[in-house]
Amino acid sequence: MPMDATLRGIRLVGERTLRIVERVGATVAFLGLTLAQSATSFRRFGLVIREIFYAGVQSLIIILVSGLFVGMVLGLQGHETLQNYGSEQSVGVLVALSLVRELGPVVSALLFASRAGSAITAEIGLMKATEQLSAMEMMAVSPISRVVAPRFWGGVFSMPVLAMLFSAMGIIGGFLVSVVVIGVDDGAFWSQMQAAVDFRHDIVNGIIKSVVFGIAISAIATFEGYEAPPTAEGVSGATTRTVVSSSLAILALDLVMTAFMLKGWN
Amino acid sequence: MTNLVEISDLNFGYNDRLVLKGINLAVPKGSLVAIMGLSGCGKTTLLRLIGGQLRAREGSVKVAGYELNHIGQRDLYALRRRLGMLFQFGALFTDLSVYDNVAFQMREHTDLPESVIRDLTLMKLNAVGLRGVQSLMPSELSGGMARRVALARATALDPELILYDEPFAGLDPISLGVIGQLIRRLNDVLGATSVLVTHDVQESLKIVDYVYFVSEGVIVAQGTPDEIRASHLPFVHQFVWGEVDGPLPFHYPAQTIQNDLGLRGG
Repeated sequence: MPMDATLRGIRLVGERTLRIVERVGATVAFLGLTLAQSATSFRRFGLVIREIFYAGVQSLIIILVSGLFVGMVLGLQGHETLQNYGSEQSVGVLVALSLVRELGPVVSALLFASRAGSAITAEIGLMKATEQLSAMEMMAVSPISRVVAPRFWGGVFSMPVLAMLFSAMGIIGGFLVSVVVIGVDDGAFWSQMQAAVDFRHDIVNGIIKSVVFGIAISAIATFEGYEAPPTAEGVSGATTRTVVSSSLAILALDLVMTAFMLKGWN
Repeated sequence: MTNLVEISDLNFGYNDRLVLKGINLAVPKGSLVAIMGLSGCGKTTLLRLIGGQLRAREGSVKVAGYELNHIGQRDLYALRRRLGMLFQFGALFTDLSVYDNVAFQMREHTDLPESVIRDLTLMKLNAVGLRGVQSLMPSELSGGMARRVALARATALDPELILYDEPFAGLDPISLGVIGQLIRRLNDVLGATSVLVTHDVQESLKIVDYVYFVSEGVIVAQGTPDEIRASHLPFVHQFVWGEVDGPLPFHYPAQTIQNDLGLRGG
């Protein structure tokens, strides 16, 4: 019956939408719980430093190498396009603005979600599956404050630094391709970049974006790990959900923030 | 003798399925009590109710004077500082060394200087015969060693009540004997009270003071080890002597095999 099929379709869409809304709500509630139980993380900052090492420092290689390649591609593409208009000297501006405004925060966040976010989810999920979180609860130690909060803050602190390093490496990559290889004047490359890139509107806005992405990725990764069914299949599913949900959240948040930033938050 | 654990008229279930029905149980101070039964009979659920990890639907669970059905988070954590729990497979923190696992609660709940924590930790490890593995990680331990380290961790703060969830599961005969003797010795040396959930009859009857038998969510028998060994109750007899058939049939209830195989006349 076509009517039945239509109703089933509508019901399916409704159920899925409700599930997504419920999941987003639960993640936000979990984020609130994590923030409320973050005192231990700041009192014993060594716990956060350890997580910055695992999430941030160990993501450095992939971030730096990816940044270099993205910058090189931007240099090549930018030079190719700009020379049609006789503006190839502005390739430095194109590379820098693309990186600090958009590609630096967004691509580094996507890489961070895949590399560190999935690792955080798997680690917390496995701790749950092997009853380590229950053991902690039975020792009167809150797993949220001892396990989740340090990992959350480790991710939040790491993300903007990684994004800045990604952009810096990208600019070096763009310089290598357009100045060293193609032969664009290095004075024009740097001086035009310096004149066009605004500290407040470009660099600070890029950092704000990366902080927001860091919060989103860390909240999703810790939530998915904490709520993972305590089985091998449950942990693997949670890891996948972390990468998918984080990537979608990054792109959606980027759109919203870019819209506000271009209008000057007014 | 006063009771450290008192359970009366307890009912508990998951969704519509009642797992424990009308349980009445008492654990006197200083005693070592076993709760025995087949896998899935509800004994681990009972242990989780005593540890405050689950809340009863009806009835009362009193531990050290606290009514657990109405206990708040603060009181629950205050109570848990007086408890120790050994999980089925140890649940050691895999990111911490053996030494750090045992020192974990001391660091979380006391202001003792590190030198004192070191001495106490080494004494706890010495008590289970594993001072020599203090620098190893949990992944480098055998199953029996992990269980002994977990025992040292569970007794780190000299708890009043120690809960054991299947402490003999998956152990070789020598490790099994070692763990059994340690459980008895630690209970007596620390002046603690212990509740042991297990289906290992022979090892448990050697060390415990009293036994409760649970079957299908009901306490079907109780008594001292000698009374249990001499019991003529069909269920207890079958369980203690490991008989294949008896009140608990070999076959799980099902339709006839002829029906399942689609044979004529089934």
